[in-house]
Amino acid sequence: MKAAPTHAAAAEEFLKDSERSHWHDETLWHVRSKRDVSAQKIPEWEQLRTLASQIKDHVLSNLDNLLLQFEKKAQANGIEVLWAKDAEEHNEHVLRILEENQVRQLVKSKSILTEECGLNHFLEDKGYDVVDTDLGERIIQFNKQVPSHIVMPAIHLKKKEIGDIFHKHLGTEAGADDPKYLTEAARQHLRQKFIQAHAAITGVNFGIAETGGFVVCTNEGNADMGTHLADIHIACMGIEKLIPRAADLGVYLRLLARSATGQSITNYTSHFHRPRKGKKMYLILVDNGRTKQLGREDFRNSLKCIRCGACMNTCPIYRRSSGFSYNSTVPGPIGSILSPGMDLNKHSTLPFASTLCGSCSDVCPVKINIHEQLYKWRQVITKEGPPQTSKRWAMRFGGQVMSKPRLFDLMGKMARKSLSISPRGFVYNSFNAWGKHRELPEVPKETFKDWYRKNRNDDK
Amino acid sequence: MTSKESILAAIQANKPDLLPLPEQPEFPYDSNLTEQYRQSLSLNGGEAREAKSLKEVTNHLQEHFRNSQMIVSLSEKVAGNFDVNMADDPHELEHAEVAILEGEWGVAENAAIWLPEEKLHHRALPFIAQHLIVLLKKDRLLGNMHEVYARINVEGSGYGVFIAGPSKTADIEQSLVIGAHGPRSMTVFLLD
Repeated sequence: MKAAPTHAAAAEEFLKDSERSHWHDETLWHVRSKRDVSAQKIPEWEQLRTLASQIKDHVLSNLDNLLLQFEKKAQANGIEVLWAKDAEEHNEHVLRILEENQVRQLVKSKSILTEECGLNHFLEDKGYDVVDTDLGERIIQFNKQVPSHIVMPAIHLKKKEIGDIFHKHLGTEAGADDPKYLTEAARQHLRQKFIQAHAAITGVNFGIAETGGFVVCTNEGNADMGTHLADIHIACMGIEKLIPRAADLGVYLRLLARSATGQSITNYTSHFHRPRKGKKMYLILVDNGRTKQLGREDFRNSLKCIRCGACMNTCPIYRRSSGFSYNSTVPGPIGSILSPGMDLNKHSTLPFASTLCGSCSDVCPVKINIHEQLYKWRQVITKEGPPQTSKRWAMRFGGQVMSKPRLFDLMGKMARKSLSISPRGFVYNSFNAWGKHRELPEVPKETFKDWYRKNRNDDK
Repeated sequence: MTSKESILAAIQANKPDLLPLPEQPEFPYDSNLTEQYRQSLSLNGGEAREAKSLKEVTNHLQEHFRNSQMIVSLSEKVAGNFDVNMADDPHELEHAEVAILEGEWGVAENAAIWLPEEKLHHRALPFIAQHLIVLLKKDRLLGNMHEVYARINVEGSGYGVFIAGPSKTADIEQSLVIGAHGPRSMTVFLLD
C-alpha cells in the first residue's frame, strides 16, 4: 500500500493555523483535567484499573472459548450472530442484511469499528443514504470528513465552521454559531430520520459472554432512539470487546466515562439481550487483524483498549497535531500502536509521533503499556519498515562518534567553534528539522570535561 | 473453512497461556446516599428532589405541563393522560411531552437508574419523550455499580438501561447542550 504522508508532514499542515491548534491543545488538556478530578473521587481507582487489566488478560487468553459461549447464549436469546474475518466480509454482511430485509432508510450511531471497515462509503456506493446520528459524526459527515477523535469526532472544527456547515445542509441562519441553536437544528433534522428509519446500526462497547448480550454507551441517546424505533438492529463488534461476566461491567463502567470526559457515567448505558417482539437483531463479530495482534506478544495488550480516548487528551503530540495527522481510524497514542499492526508501511511514522513521556500509559484505564509499545514498534519499524535513509546514516555516524572518545571530543570542539561563527542561515535551514520552531541552546565556552579538569584537580 | 472456524483457529494459535479471571471486587460505599445521588444527578444535567408525598410530583406536573400535552405515566401513583397500552407501535409516542417512570434501583455514585424493559412498556419511551420524570424510593438507592450489578439480572430482560441524566452533547466546541435527541430534562423524585 502507498505510504501516507508522514505524521510530521500532516501535523505541519494543522499547525499552520496557530490559533486553532492552540485552542485544540487547551481544550483537550481541559478534558484531561476533568478526568483527573473525576478519577480522584474514587479511592479504589488504581485497584479498578488493575482489575480491568486483569479481566482483559483473562479474556485475551481465553478468547476462543468466551466467543463460543457468547455466540451460543446470544443465539438462544434470539440474536443472529455473524462472523467476519475482515472489513470486506463485515460490510458484505451488513449489505446482505439490508437487502434481505428490504431496508431503505438507515440510521447509525457511533462505531469506530464501522469507520475502520469503511462501511459508510461502501453502503453509499451501493446507493444507501447512511445517516450518522451522533451530533459530532453528523457534522463531519456533512463536511465529508472522518472523526479526528474517537470520543469527540468534530473536535477539530470551530463553532463558526459548524454554523456554516449547518447553514448549507440544514438551512440554519447564515452566520449563526450558538451551540444550543445548532444542536436544536440537528435535533429536529435527526428526529425525522429516527422516525423514518427501518434499520439502526450501532457499535458495541462490551459484549457479555455469560449472558449473550451487549452494552452500548451514549450521552445523546442516539443509539437508543435508532434501535427502539427501527425494525432491524445491526450491532458491529470487534472480537476483543468481550467481557466474561455482567458483573465485570461494574468495573468498566466506573472507569470508562471518567477516563473519557470526566463524567461519572454516560447518561445512557443500554443492555441489549433480545430483539423487540417481531423485530430482528444481528450481531457481527469482526476480526480484521485482531487475531494477528493477539499473536504479537509485545503488542497483544493493545487489544485491551476500551476506546475512552484518555491517551489522546493527555498526549502532548496529539493535542498539538490533531487526529488527522495520524491518518488512521484510531489516532493518538493507542492508534499508533494498533495501526502499525494493520499496515506497517502506511503507519510507519506513527510510533515516532511521541515523546515517550508515558502519560498515555498513566491515564489508560486498562493499563496498556502504550509508551513501551511505541518504543517497541520503533525497533520493529527500523528493522522491517520502509527505509529511512537519512535517519540510518545519522545513527551510523552518531554511533561511530560516540564509540570513540577522542573523535567525540574533537567533533564537540569543532561543533562549538563552527556554531559560534556560522551565519544563522547556515545553521537554521531545511536540513535542521529540530531548529524549525526552536532555538539551539547557547554554545558553552567549555565542556564539562574541561571544567572538571580545571576545578577538581585535587580529587584525582 | 468458514470465517468462524478460521477466526477461532487463529485465536487458538495466537493466544497466550490461560490467565486467571479475578474475583469480583466489593468496594463499600459510605456516603449519604440521598445527598450523593442529588449531587451526582446535578453534575449529569438532571435534578433530584426529595418528595415527602406524591402531591409534590403532581404539583410539578401541573406547574410544567398542560393537559393538552401528551403525558405518559407508567406509575400507578401518578396519573397521565395517555394510556400506553393504546400504543402498539413506539412511533405513536412521537409526540410524548413527558414520560413518568418508576426506577428499580438508583446508584448514588453516578446517578444511574436501572430501568429494565418491564418498567418501560416501550423501549423507546424514555428517549422519545421531551422530558423524563423518574420516581424512586429512597430505600432503592445503592452506592456504586458493583452493588447494583450484584442485584440485577441483565439477561432477565430483553433490554435494560441505566439512565443517569437527560440527553446531552458537547460536540460543538465542547459546549454542553442539554436535549440532544432525547429528553430535554430529567427530574428524579426520591420518595420515602
